[in-house]
Amino acid sequence: MTDLLFNIGLFVFLLLLGYFVGTFLERQHYVSIRQRERDLLKFPVVNFRSVPLSWRVDSSGLATGSVVVSVDYFKRFLAGLRVLIGGRVKSYETLLDRGRREALLRMKEQAIADGYDAIINVRLETSRLASANGQGTAGVEILAFGTAVKLANPATA
Amino acid sequence: MIVTNTETVPGKNIVEFYGVVSGSTVRAKHVGKDILASLKNLVGGELKSYTELLNEARQEALHRMFQEAESMGANAVVNVRFSTSSVAQGAAELFAYGTAVRVE
Repeated sequence: MTDLLFNIGLFVFLLLLGYFVGTFLERQHYVSIRQRERDLLKFPVVNFRSVPLSWRVDSSGLATGSVVVSVDYFKRFLAGLRVLIGGRVKSYETLLDRGRREALLRMKEQAIADGYDAIINVRLETSRLASANGQGTAGVEILAFGTAVKLANPATA
Repeated sequence: MIVTNTETVPGKNIVEFYGVVSGSTVRAKHVGKDILASLKNLVGGELKSYTELLNEARQEALHRMFQEAESMGANAVVNVRFSTSSVAQGAAELFAYGTAVRVE
């Protein structure tokens, strides 16, 4: 009986922890993402395969950005319920959304730190990491990569 | 070594093709980090130790690819692609491949 109570107690505790801490962390992450996206708005990032005609390229290199993100206990539980009735699994939508935006931001930040003026041919890749205990996922890895270019005429970009 | 994921090197001409080069590595983090990551999993958000693990591994895979390209006499690798597969519990394979070329 005490065992059962303990298990239920732990479950409720983890749900509450996941809900409050997880929601707080996610909100903070979104604040940081929006701020950085505003700051980097002027940096051109395109997924064209070749350089726009008006750009004159000096040198180029690879730019990558990646992040591993996971959902909290509460959202994982909700998603488990959602699968029973079907429909939109919102908790995973926000997870992938912030993962992609974070990966793109890191790619841009790396390119800027290396002195590049723009990034072309941007690709995004998503892969799932198996968890250490073999059940479910440890997280989702999102990789953004592209060809960063230094321009001879940066003003045109 | 110039690396791009486009089919050419912008602003330069490809003068010679050497063929496909690749590099891969399989990595795992020690148990302590796995336990920390599973705790972080309760509240969600970024799992920094895994981000680092995969970044290091990707650099290693790229490095091996560069070595292969260099040994062929190439000075650039174009059309680079990545793939990640989670082969076993707590271990991931990172694979990078591209075409080794000489550009001028």
